[in-house]
Amino acid sequence: MTARGMWTDSVRVRYLVRRTGRLLVSLLVLLTAAFLMIHVIPGDPVRGALGPTAPADLVAARRESLGLNDPLAVQYLNYLRHLLAGDLGTSMISGLPVSEMLAQRLPATLSIALLAFVGAVAIAVPLGVGFGVLTRNGRARRAELGFTSVSSVLGTIPEFLFAVGLVYLFGVQWQILPVAGRSGPESYVLPVLCLAIGPAALLARILRVEMVAILTADFIRTARAKRLPAPIIYLRHALPNALTATLTIGGLLLGSMIAGTILVESVFAWPGLGSTIVQSILTKDYPVAQGIVLFYGATVLVLTMVVDLILAALDPRSAIGQS
Amino acid sequence: MATTSIPGSVPATRAVSRSSTSARWLAVLRTPVGAAAGLLLIGFLALSIIAPPLWADDANAVDTDSILQGPSAEHLVGTDNLGRDLFLRVLVASASSIQLALLATGLAVMAGVILGSVPLLVGPRLGRLITSAINIAIAFPGLLLALFFAVIFGVGSTGAVLAIGAAGAPSFARLMLTLTASVIERDYVSAARIAGVGRVRILLRHVLPNIGEPLVVNATIGAGGALLAFASLSFLGLGVQPPAYDWGQLLNTGLNSIYRNPAAAFAPGIAVVLAGLAFNMLGESIAQIIGAPTIRSGSPTHRRRGLRTASHPLPPEESRSTTSDRVLDVVDLSVTFPGADGPVRPVRGINLTVQRGEAVGIVGESGSGKSLTALAIARLVEEPGQVDAERLEFLGVDLLSGSEREHRDLLGTSLAVVFQDPMTSFNPTQRMGRQLAEVAEQHQGMNRRHAFLRAIDRLRAVRVPTPALRAQQYPHQFSGGMRQRAMIGMGLMGSPALIVADEPTTALDPTVQQQVLRLLASIRRADDVAILLISHDVSVVAELCDRVLVMYAGQIVEDLPVAELTTRARHPYTRALIAAVPTMRTDLGMPLNAIPGLPVDPAHVPVGCPYAARCPRADDHCRGEDPPLVADAAGRRVACWHADEREES
Repeated sequence: MTARGMWTDSVRVRYLVRRTGRLLVSLLVLLTAAFLMIHVIPGDPVRGALGPTAPADLVAARRESLGLNDPLAVQYLNYLRHLLAGDLGTSMISGLPVSEMLAQRLPATLSIALLAFVGAVAIAVPLGVGFGVLTRNGRARRAELGFTSVSSVLGTIPEFLFAVGLVYLFGVQWQILPVAGRSGPESYVLPVLCLAIGPAALLARILRVEMVAILTADFIRTARAKRLPAPIIYLRHALPNALTATLTIGGLLLGSMIAGTILVESVFAWPGLGSTIVQSILTKDYPVAQGIVLFYGATVLVLTMVVDLILAALDPRSAIGQS
Repeated sequence: MATTSIPGSVPATRAVSRSSTSARWLAVLRTPVGAAAGLLLIGFLALSIIAPPLWADDANAVDTDSILQGPSAEHLVGTDNLGRDLFLRVLVASASSIQLALLATGLAVMAGVILGSVPLLVGPRLGRLITSAINIAIAFPGLLLALFFAVIFGVGSTGAVLAIGAAGAPSFARLMLTLTASVIERDYVSAARIAGVGRVRILLRHVLPNIGEPLVVNATIGAGGALLAFASLSFLGLGVQPPAYDWGQLLNTGLNSIYRNPAAAFAPGIAVVLAGLAFNMLGESIAQIIGAPTIRSGSPTHRRRGLRTASHPLPPEESRSTTSDRVLDVVDLSVTFPGADGPVRPVRGINLTVQRGEAVGIVGESGSGKSLTALAIARLVEEPGQVDAERLEFLGVDLLSGSEREHRDLLGTSLAVVFQDPMTSFNPTQRMGRQLAEVAEQHQGMNRRHAFLRAIDRLRAVRVPTPALRAQQYPHQFSGGMRQRAMIGMGLMGSPALIVADEPTTALDPTVQQQVLRLLASIRRADDVAILLISHDVSVVAELCDRVLVMYAGQIVEDLPVAELTTRARHPYTRALIAAVPTMRTDLGMPLNAIPGLPVDPAHVPVGCPYAARCPRADDHCRGEDPPLVADAAGRRVACWHADEREES
């Protein structure tokens, strides 16, 4: 690297270090919250899991094997030590290690979440940019009104309601797509669609507003003064600037999309983490619930950081501003 | 016209006088969306109150003869597996669904307000800890938080209310923090703190009364979210448990029988969406109305009203030169914007030519149309603005005929534009060198590397130190003066015949202004480049230009050599402008010479000479007929009936 890039690079490295530090603190808070989760449950979690009819000595034995009789601090340290070794505990129902259950269920969840995110972005960016250009400077008021109302309605409808509609159309009316289970590629269509529609609508709506604002900026006039063709003005000059604000909210959307898998998996009997956590809460299988909450939480935190880093790469000012 | 606002943060709240509050809340109901949402919400609330006493018994009546039926006249939405009427069940479920959602929202607001006011009460150190905890919690999606708390509080209505309330608390806490911060910074609160008023008192007396409004708005929106979240939990089987029921639970059982009776799933689904939207939309419309009343607007020139289509045929400016030397030739140029009461014309009947290597200045007050004239000449006026002219030729090419695309390369390489605010005129997300290089890539067919080298060379030409390093940097790493020089360098990527500089020094401090003016002057000398300099500052124009055009109310009122500006100006307005410039000889004890009266509003241009209202010499002739711009033998032009009268001394 020549001398020229060093200045900006050192700013970015410092930002990376600071941002990683923040992630670690957040993770520690998350770990502690997940640990405490089991301890603040009213009553005895083991008794709750095994049911009121379970013999007292079985409950006592299970408590002992889970280490619930140790002092809290000892339990906490043990918990952290086990976590570092990749041990998330054992299911109270099936007796399987939670980490094994996670590894087994993760691919199903990850695949629909990723596909939905890519799909949402692929739909939202062209729509947002297109409508932004169309409605800039207060033009095409009707198109703006229509776009804004449709996208905000779509954005507020929760995933499981889309699911009901899609199941009815594709499963009941036309019977062209499977509505339950994970079998072939076609079984992905409905869950992914359910997961993607809401975030796509919100993202497109935000992107349009951002584009309209950016298109009045002085540097867009400069780009026009350079006589650049319209596609370059919109895509190279306006879009990256509009993306910074869009991505900030997009990061939050990504998190809610991860959480959305919980609902969507339950509707489509999708064998992923989401349906597992719901089951574990219903059956009071606390170690499993704890493990999955931890995993979802950590995923959200890491994703938020990735979004921040992308932001810093896109707009160098954001790295400096967040000191 | 010369005001360019830098987009900043909109304050979260405004100080609000109590009396106007209710009026503005009522105004929400006058917007179509607000009215619809309000009516819908009132309908739902009424339903949730009257439904249980009226229909609860019928909704629970088991009828084993009509199990799992589809919609019929008797059962509008069909029946469930115990033969209970689903339509009635959906109506009755409004009670539990809405009440539980409101309960959870109330809990979230309360917990949030308490949590959010702790940092104010306990002081900065512990406060920071809580603030960062809130910031961490807010990163998690609501449903995930709700599930987390559902594990703790257990399955069932109570657990779900607590879980959704707890999950909503962090965002209200964050809102509380933001609002508190904005109130705390107000002068009177600072004064109270300095005077030793206690923290609790500040919270109760100053903070809470000021943030009630945004809290209520966000709680309304939050109630919509809570309603949907509650439906989600019940749908998952974690919320309301049988035999009690709400919409989420009805939806769950409805989905199981969707093959037999789709209506059983749709009815509660539609109810959830409508109720959720009602809360959401009402909240959003209130937020819009009380939040930011005047954000949407274009540039000020787009907003003028009224109609004025004045101006008479003006003599084209022919006398001075042969056509071949002309860089710019403009005849009868006007710019029109649509207004509420018909088209508005802030620029009218402009005639001007610029010769090769000539520096022409345009001066005038804000709103005189000088910047718009420059933009029109540079073909940068955007819709809905419309530029008309009898002739608009640049280097002999008619810019009015043919498409924008045809002139792109010519204008991109030969016409450079320098804008007023170098802070905002560069793309903040691109390296400086790229922004310059782009011109050569686009119009001169250079590849990326060559164009970049050219950009470095041009930065050097405009005296940016260590240009190779600077080209790799972003605009925010440049100082204001350096950015303006880079902007000029951008214009030099091609081989410009004309530089249109719109207030190029206004945003810079005086020493830097000099550098920029000297740079423009040296470029002009070196390459015989013509300059059209727009400025409100007569002294800036006098320093760089050969000739000055004085604009008033969208027209040129005088055109004369710079050398004669102080001695032989004939238009009273020009003289007033000169007199208003303080010099070293200005008596500091005397008030500055300001021009009395206000500039003309382009929407209401008066009959006659537009300057008449402010002119000491105006007579009935002036007020009745607008004087034409007349050229004398030497080529000087003036539009004044009294131009040839000597100034009485």
